[in-house]
Amino acid sequence: MEDLSQYPLELPESDKPMVRFQNVTKRYGALTVLDDLNLDIAEGEMVSIIGPSGSGKTTVLRMLMLERIQGGVIYVDGKPLTHMQQRGRLVQASEKYLRQAREPVGMCFQHFNLFPHMTALQNCMEGPVQVLGMSKKNARERSEELLELVGLIDKKDQHPSRLSGGQQQRVAIARALAMRPKVLLLDEVTSALDPEVIGEVTEVIKGLVSAHNLTIMMVTHQMGFAREISDRVCFFFGGKIEEQGAPADLFDNPQRERTQQFLSAVKSAD
Amino acid sequence: MSYTEFLAEYGPRFLDGLQVTAIQFLLAAVLAVMVSLVMGLGKLSSNPALRWPAVAYIEFFRGSSLLVQLFLLFYVLPLFGLTFDKYVTGFLALGLNLGAYGAELVRGGIQAVPRGQWEAAYSLSMSPAKRMWRIILPQALLNMLPPWGNLIIELLKGTALVALIAVPDLMFEARQINGSTFLSAQSFGTALIMYFVFARFIVTPFMRWLERFMTRKLGRA
Repeated sequence: MEDLSQYPLELPESDKPMVRFQNVTKRYGALTVLDDLNLDIAEGEMVSIIGPSGSGKTTVLRMLMLERIQGGVIYVDGKPLTHMQQRGRLVQASEKYLRQAREPVGMCFQHFNLFPHMTALQNCMEGPVQVLGMSKKNARERSEELLELVGLIDKKDQHPSRLSGGQQQRVAIARALAMRPKVLLLDEVTSALDPEVIGEVTEVIKGLVSAHNLTIMMVTHQMGFAREISDRVCFFFGGKIEEQGAPADLFDNPQRERTQQFLSAVKSAD
Repeated sequence: MSYTEFLAEYGPRFLDGLQVTAIQFLLAAVLAVMVSLVMGLGKLSSNPALRWPAVAYIEFFRGSSLLVQLFLLFYVLPLFGLTFDKYVTGFLALGLNLGAYGAELVRGGIQAVPRGQWEAAYSLSMSPAKRMWRIILPQALLNMLPPWGNLIIELLKGTALVALIAVPDLMFEARQINGSTFLSAQSFGTALIMYFVFARFIVTPFMRWLERFMTRKLGRA
């Protein structure tokens, strides 16, 4: 068993990133996917995560929202997410604690995962009404605003099956934003889209980055997009951060050999 | 005696029997749906105290004969001081038995809902109960309607067994009429046709309608 006493119960104001991964290890059985990850994301920062498949990049997001970890502690907004306090010590979080600790985190998926039996508007209202306990009237107003923001107010009464992939992903972004998250996770949100509709989704994301003080972690294969909008790019390889830095530095002047190989392989594929 | 005369004489008794069959069928169907929801969800539960009883229930009721279960309820339970009216025993045995099959349909229907739907509901911090009732079950219901159509027709045909504990259903009347007239072809032929018409022209169209209705309601049209 890991000694949890080395981890603070809460992060101090002077050193409080929006997200902190501290010595985080994630294993599936005997396979170690992420090994002793240390990563801080500042409030309002836009971080892109790139890397070859199997490098653990999607796992970074899934640990924040969907999966448990086998070592280390993750903090969100200064409070532990994966662990809770019990008699002044950190212990493994209960299911309920974990679910509530994840409320400030929102997520969008590669395959949208809209609820097919609900309209676009109902998809957006579901969280605010069922989880935050908002009145239907307020939730409707908030959801309509967000559908307006993603340019789909005229589609609000359509079911997902009547929407294109790009439209579905924009609804999914609105649905995640309706919970007013502090951190938004974007997991390959353009990978399942036809090339001609990728632009409409990336436009929406660009709007979010400039207009809101939202912390965003984005896993992507679109290097041009990552370069354009990120504050920082992390290159993952073999379950570790191989290299990270400002987009211009990382893309134009990569220091590590694996980064260079990966970037040139991506370039030649383009 | 021509068949027309046979029908004129015994038609009303067949219709009385059909009425009893229809009521047994409806009550058993409602019970089967409730049982299958409870047991299907139970079998999927991560809590062993819920899962094991559900597994035991399903194995027992699927693994033994419906007729034996019917007799057990009717003849054996009274020995332990538990006596049900024969009408109640009839639909109870049917509903409990078919509910065990239904439980497997519920389980399969729920498991067929894509993993991403659970993840999306979880990412909105929905509680386990709300995830199930608001997101997963409505979709699972649509998945399992076609096999339910099969099961419901099995249930209808199964109602004929209640004649053996003297519930005066369609089969019971057919046997009685056969016993007094010895017109076997007419007696059982008429019952056969009535079961077929009930299944083919009432139950099946209803299930088709339900599928279409649910599909529209769930926005997949």
